Amino acid sequence: MIFVFALFLLTLLVITAIAIVRAENLFVSVMLTSIFSLLMAANFFILDAADVALTEAAVGAGITTVIFLSALALTAEREKRRAGGQLIALAAVGILASLIIYASFDKPRLGDPEAPVHQHVAPWYLEKTPEYIDIPNVVTAILSSYRGYDTLGEVFVVFTACIGVLFILGVKPPEQPADRTAESGGLRHHLIPQVVGRLLVPFIVLFGLYTQFHGEYGPGGGFQAGAIVATGVILYALLEGEGEALRAVPRSVLLGLVVGGALLFGAVGVVCMLMGGAFLDYSVLSADPVWGQQLGIIIIEAGVGMAVCGALLSIFHAFAARQSQP
Amino acid sequence: MKLLELLGYFNYWVFAITLVIGLYAVISKANLIKKLIGLSIFQSAVFLMYITMDKVEGGTAPIIQAGVKDQIYSNPLPQVLILTAIVVGVSTLALGLAIVVRINERYGTIEEHEILDAD
Repeated sequence: MIFVFALFLLTLLVITAIAIVRAENLFVSVMLTSIFSLLMAANFFILDAADVALTEAAVGAGITTVIFLSALALTAEREKRRAGGQLIALAAVGILASLIIYASFDKPRLGDPEAPVHQHVAPWYLEKTPEYIDIPNVVTAILSSYRGYDTLGEVFVVFTACIGVLFILGVKPPEQPADRTAESGGLRHHLIPQVVGRLLVPFIVLFGLYTQFHGEYGPGGGFQAGAIVATGVILYALLEGEGEALRAVPRSVLLGLVVGGALLFGAVGVVCMLMGGAFLDYSVLSADPVWGQQLGIIIIEAGVGMAVCGALLSIFHAFAARQSQP
Repeated sequence: MKLLELLGYFNYWVFAITLVIGLYAVISKANLIKKLIGLSIFQSAVFLMYITMDKVEGGTAPIIQAGVKDQIYSNPLPQVLILTAIVVGVSTLALGLAIVVRINERYGTIEEHEILDAD
């Protein structure tokens, strides 16, 4: 039954992707991107990837859409038609698609337990996590402990991208037409979004915090929590206007979160080294190695959550501020 | 049974088709935002391929519960790789959009051929 449902979702996914590319109004494209992400999240869930589904739903359907929309508000909404070149492009991608589909017959079937990917380190992770780290969610264990280096690298990529956006959009914009409103008032004069949104914001933030601190036991963790909390604050900004949101969570706090989160993660690694272990080897943090691992994971997940939340909100405000400048 | 076996590859076909749809947008559209949308479709397709590989028949999400014995779990490793990649994806996308916004301020257009003409 779930199999038929998956087929249905995947077919919808392809249809949505085609519609995104064909739509000439970019606003329509961006809205369809949001639906595309939601379908993708449902697919991930069917494929047993609960953590990834949660991330895709929060980031893809929520934050990506908002960032695209704020970029659209600063540029043009309609795409101009261009003649020529389409046929060659179609031929090229057609050949590529047939090649990939031809190659896919050499891949192991969906769900094949004998597939090479299931023979390498994954069984070891599943078998040893209860013994070494003793937290239920193996995804969190791998993310923060076994592959902590990777995650540290990813956090610094997010950090760098955020700094890059702040630098690129931080310069003074050229003279703009004066008919733009000085500060966007949000949806303050629309009753229904106002009431529903105001009710939703605290619960979204609460759910984000739950995801953060329950990440060891269920699907969740710093990446998802950061994205969900950021979504909540962005919703507040959309309702009340960007200025109100900045009064609630000022820019300096956001920058502090980004820098503090990334530094917290790195600092845990250095503390591990000072206490006689390897970089990011949390076992030395406590006399009991298992508790040391858990302590390390809780701290670095907090660092990841802070950095991601701060970075996404800084990016949003960087785009939004450019809109409202006179 | 033969049909079911073929359907086991359906995810890979969807991956291939979504991938080339994204690629088509990148190479044939002149609008820079449309190109970035295509790029993010391309990226999502790759995510789908990774997550397809993690599925084990009869498996469940890799969250080990005390007292449950002989449960098959899906592979957690591809999930970890993609989870972080999604968040990195949105940050790099924002960087791309920021550059597009600046291009628009400088040239007054985000259509590729018009920018090339202006240079």
